[in-house]
Amino acid sequence: MEVGRLPISASQRGKLIAAGYTTLSSFSSLSPSHLARAVWDWILTIDNLVKRGFTLVNRCCTCRYCEESVDHLLLHYLKISDNEAAEIMRVASHSHRLDGSAGGCGTVNGAQTAWDMLHEEEMFPRITTSCEDLNNILGGGINCKEVTEIGGVPGIGKTQLGIQLAINVQIPVDYGGLGGKAIYIDTEGSFMVERALQIAEACIEDMSECGGLLRKDFQACQLKMHPNNILENIFYFRVCSYTEQIALINCLDKFISEHKDVKIVIVDSVTFHFRQDFDDMALRTRLLSGMALKLMKLAKDFSLAVVLLNQVTTKYIDGSFQLTLALGDSWSHSCTNRVILYWNGNERYAYIDKSPSLRSASAPYSVTSKGIRNSASNCKRIKMM
Amino acid sequence: MANKQISQMGLPKSIANVFAARNVFTAKDALSLTEFELMELLDVGLAQVTSAVAHISEIVCPPYQTALSLMELRVQNEHLAGHLPTHMKGLDEALCGGIPFGVLTELVGPAGIGKTQFCLKLSLLASLPASYGGLDGHVIYIDVESKFSSRRLIEIGVKSFPEIFHRKGMAQEMAGRIHVLRPASLSEFTESLQQIKVSLLQNQVKLLVIDSMAALVTGEFEHAAPRQNTLGWHVSFIKSLAEFSRIPVVVTNQVRSQSRDEICHYYFQVQSWNETIEDRTRHDSHLVAALGINWAHAVTIRLVLEAKSDQRFIKVAKSPISPPLAFPFNITSSGILLLSDDGIELTGPDINAIHCQGHNDIINFGGESLQ
Repeated sequence: MEVGRLPISASQRGKLIAAGYTTLSSFSSLSPSHLARAVWDWILTIDNLVKRGFTLVNRCCTCRYCEESVDHLLLHYLKISDNEAAEIMRVASHSHRLDGSAGGCGTVNGAQTAWDMLHEEEMFPRITTSCEDLNNILGGGINCKEVTEIGGVPGIGKTQLGIQLAINVQIPVDYGGLGGKAIYIDTEGSFMVERALQIAEACIEDMSECGGLLRKDFQACQLKMHPNNILENIFYFRVCSYTEQIALINCLDKFISEHKDVKIVIVDSVTFHFRQDFDDMALRTRLLSGMALKLMKLAKDFSLAVVLLNQVTTKYIDGSFQLTLALGDSWSHSCTNRVILYWNGNERYAYIDKSPSLRSASAPYSVTSKGIRNSASNCKRIKMM
Repeated sequence: MANKQISQMGLPKSIANVFAARNVFTAKDALSLTEFELMELLDVGLAQVTSAVAHISEIVCPPYQTALSLMELRVQNEHLAGHLPTHMKGLDEALCGGIPFGVLTELVGPAGIGKTQFCLKLSLLASLPASYGGLDGHVIYIDVESKFSSRRLIEIGVKSFPEIFHRKGMAQEMAGRIHVLRPASLSEFTESLQQIKVSLLQNQVKLLVIDSMAALVTGEFEHAAPRQNTLGWHVSFIKSLAEFSRIPVVVTNQVRSQSRDEICHYYFQVQSWNETIEDRTRHDSHLVAALGINWAHAVTIRLVLEAKSDQRFIKVAKSPISPPLAFPFNITSSGILLLSDDGIELTGPDINAIHCQGHNDIINFGGESLQ
């Protein structure tokens, strides 16, 4: 790894390169004081040259009037102190570790075996969408630790699905849910409290139906699950510009470590502010991919589900217009799963467009007054594509 | 918040000065750069950049509310929990009380279907005293197509609320609350929007109507593509106007016929391609909303007004709260009226289709107004 790739400031980097340290391995075995010393030594050699009679460099090129000496150089130009050296070493050793793990070493810190990951995956229940067909193609629901993108035409039910998930994440563990809380990031102002209340009421109703058969202590549970409690556990952020959106996502890890129960983060929609008034497309791509990385890290660190809602756009391919999700091709790499909602005849369908673990399939769903439910014409079986 | 000055954020002096020295003044400037770019630009270490960015983010980051407190706030502070009733019972029920505050509501439909009538009625309702179910406020009506008619407005008022309008001076007061703007071009419109922003805060404005949004851009561009982008700024601006002044914003949109190569599908739907073309050609008309898909995403509620089998319908085509319902309506001298308060629930994308079939035969408004 080259020094140029280290996350240190440009002036520090300059000093290292000047002292002859161009690669990481060349100084990673040194101690901080050694490093500081080594930079000294480099200067001392100049000094030695001077002592042996090379008088050419005997004047400081910038100051002119004073004789160049080690002290002078160090004091005015290099100024690499022990502290600074320690900082460089810390950064360097950190980068070095990362370098090693990429090399495919077996027992590395921070790595997890595939077997353990399988176990962990099974431990975490998935967040149900309240539509069985949709759950089936999703392998049981929205998975924690993953970023799922959901897109579709206006009015197809993206916000509805978002609200539904924010409520379903709160289904208690006794009922096969996660008993978590939700963060709802609203960029478009389309979150409707009235609708959330309707869906919450329907959700409690459904639970009491199946709960009455299964559990005796239902009364206690019912007390806990009042629609108001459900609404209380949805943390709503209204974001009014892309700057705020980035700032909020930067701060989310702090917020979530204060509210440990958060199990889902919904961004409705990730697109809106990035679509309006944005001239520099390269900047947009950089900002979006930075944001996606942060969200992915969030999903991993706190084992929560991240759901991003996306809009659609038309794209001219092969002589005809086609619908695709917005934000371009490089963005489409940033999500683990991608689900597209679309009209198929008279029914709403969801299609798994991209997923590392699920097969591409489509399933009907419907939006009812109770929220997202199975399609009315239930007889139709899921069509595998 | 995005334009907040970094110098006023309480960062350590040393680092704040570095930001200023490199022309990074606002939070927007700083957060538009990645951490590495910032390190390069500011010439400081990663740790300092990370902590500075975290600090800036924390200040810019909007506060949170729980959905419960949001609901309680609406119920306490706002008349009718933040809705402007349309006085069309079925529609009000479907929309949980009427046109919601703080969001964009769009009316789409062919020419002459009743969009302007709907807008006139809403303007009137917003200016009515609260005791009659109005909002008791001023209305700003941006009339792009010069279709606003004060006579018609008073007529609707007199017929639907005779008890108010027959009182002396009331008609004048009600009509005096409606301010009509007539921008002739997109740039004039932009200008008046900026003026509105100020007057919204000063006056008791309770409704903003833009009739129509599409007319502003259709005059300037031929193709669909630039149309989407030119409105980008306006979309966010109008949305934020609605949001911060917590008023309902109603905009109308025209229709245009869809050319065949524009019928849009996802790539995985290709199988049904031929079938759809046949399907479409069988239709008597294939109209779509004039403003494109980007605009359609931006509106929160879309109401489609259409005419089908000699009957006009108003359809709740996009709404986060209402099921896809269609209500038959009629236009009478007292304005737009629902023929039935029980909506017909539609399935499938039909809710978005805009039919325009024979509504010219069923206009009986002309005959009635002569009485």
